[in-house]
Amino acid sequence: MTDVVMPQMGESIVEGTVTRWLKKKGDRVERDEPLFEISTDKVDTEIPSPAAGVLAEILVEEGQTVPINTVVARIDETGDGRAAVEEKPAAAPPPAPKAEVSPAAAPPPPAAPPPQPAAETAPEAEIPGPISPLVRRMAREHGIDLREVKGTGSGGRITKQDVEAYLAARAAQAAAAPAPEPAPAPPPVAPPPPAVEVPPPPRAERPKVRVEPMSIMRQKIAEHMVLSKRTSPHVTTVHKVDMTRVARIRERYKAEVQSRYGYSLTYLPFITRAAAEALRAFPIVNASIEGNNIIYHNEINIGIAVALDNGLIVPVIRNADEMNVLGLQRAIVDLATRARSRQLKPEEVHGGTFSITNFGSFGSLFGTPIINQPQVAILGVGAVEKTPVVVEEDAIAIRYISLMGLTFDHRLIDGAVADQFMQKLKGILENWSEQIL
Amino acid sequence: MRRCELRELGRIEYGEAFELQGRLVEERKQGRIPDQFLIVEHPPTITLGRNGRLEHLLVGEEDLRRAGVAFYHTDRGGDITYHGPGQIVGYPILDLREWKRDVVAYVRALEEVMIGALGEFGLRAGRVPGCTGVWVEGRKIAAIGVHISRWVTSHGFALNVTTDLSYFRYIVPCGLSAPVTSMADLGCAVTGGEVVRALARHFGRVFDCEIIQAVREMESVS
Repeated sequence: MTDVVMPQMGESIVEGTVTRWLKKKGDRVERDEPLFEISTDKVDTEIPSPAAGVLAEILVEEGQTVPINTVVARIDETGDGRAAVEEKPAAAPPPAPKAEVSPAAAPPPPAAPPPQPAAETAPEAEIPGPISPLVRRMAREHGIDLREVKGTGSGGRITKQDVEAYLAARAAQAAAAPAPEPAPAPPPVAPPPPAVEVPPPPRAERPKVRVEPMSIMRQKIAEHMVLSKRTSPHVTTVHKVDMTRVARIRERYKAEVQSRYGYSLTYLPFITRAAAEALRAFPIVNASIEGNNIIYHNEINIGIAVALDNGLIVPVIRNADEMNVLGLQRAIVDLATRARSRQLKPEEVHGGTFSITNFGSFGSLFGTPIINQPQVAILGVGAVEKTPVVVEEDAIAIRYISLMGLTFDHRLIDGAVADQFMQKLKGILENWSEQIL
Repeated sequence: MRRCELRELGRIEYGEAFELQGRLVEERKQGRIPDQFLIVEHPPTITLGRNGRLEHLLVGEEDLRRAGVAFYHTDRGGDITYHGPGQIVGYPILDLREWKRDVVAYVRALEEVMIGALGEFGLRAGRVPGCTGVWVEGRKIAAIGVHISRWVTSHGFALNVTTDLSYFRYIVPCGLSAPVTSMADLGCAVTGGEVVRALARHFGRVFDCEIIQAVREMESVS
């Protein structure tokens, strides 16, 4: 026999109240399987069984408060424990409290609780673990007997997924069932039976679809996308930007930046730098709408979309207008690295006032991204590609061209302003004059 | 330093949050994920704890349905409470063995997190001995109810920011007849986001952990 005692759930705690037995006397219990629940000041705690065996005796009934270390039950580790249960039918002797506990503090259990009629408690008890309200509701709505559902949660607890799996299986069964079993199947050589058209025997067909509930993340992304589209009338304007000058500067300094700082120099910090300048010139693009007010943000905090295996996140470069190209490159590398290793801090993904998404790095020429609410614009950067273009004096030259699009909230930003913003951005990039190192 | 992932899930139904917590508690027990700090908001919902008394629900379940309020029996500690828009609900999934094996200290720590955060907005919040929760000027601003399984916590706290307090008329909150309040009610004009940032900071301080924004629910665009 193993004694189960009231555990001490904290330094200052001297007693605990048994609120619920999760097993009945005579039930088989595994080691570490939840056995009972106790309650201490707004905290309910599941207590696991200290041993595998049969719950032979319950010494403290639900609702009783006893000092810590009081024996509340005994587990019979030998055999099936039927003997133990039958030998001691009802009158459980008051528990022998352990040494340090004052016996007076432990009220004796109520004299011989009448054994519960088995039929009454059986159905619930056969379902392992507590049943969540959601599962209960699903069971009610679909008329499911939860005893037939296999639980895969902790301690065999039934989860929402289990119910969905059960429903799917039931549906599949129902679909397969009605096809009548043709009477003794004729051997292949026999002549076909006359008259009656026998439907082809049901084949184990591959299902045409696979149903998978969306993750919470996916649901949230979906919600955000719909919300943004519903909130803002999206308009996109696309400008062709000649990145040749930036490409040359980048070529010139790439190796040095790599060797001195350990990261490569990309186009993105140049574009971010130019966007910050353009935002300073056109504060309406760095704004948001609240009710009937326009909120102009005094800080220019640029979110950079970072692709992940399972989605996309937008860490924010704060006060991007105060950084030079190298500072921006460092911030971008740092944020992207930590985004991928899941180490971003909460303040690093909030408070953006404008976003840049660089789908060009995946080969896209231009796109129409969705505005990251409550911002009012997002810059989409297309791939920088060598392109033949007509230059002055009608000559054809090979230039590095990128199509850049500003998707903006037409409630607040007029097309002309959006194009002026893009011209400003384009001008900075095409005539890059800032020192890099 | 221990790490704790902050996951802001926005508005989700109580039952959905309950299921999610169940899954995360399992993953936490198996050591597959670090500690979690879920932040959610529920549509109007009344929940009754394991040891709560149904008579603290002052209207019939049918009336609630008509008023568009969901009703759940749930497995946390504590009595009856209301959740709804404008309330920040925090569900920490922590393995207390890595902090303190002490459930009372845990509840006091949750109070400390909220008291610290409210202080940032100029509110002098405190405790009332024997009445778990956070109080301002004799009115209750936050409720606590916790479940623990093998030292892993679930459920947590509910802090009224701009909660429509009229819903509390349906219940005797936590079985107490004390009045409830909210940050807005106390003249504090804040957004939920600011309060969440403050809560996250104080959570990191009180539980001595580094708060990491979980990737899964971060703002996203495409």
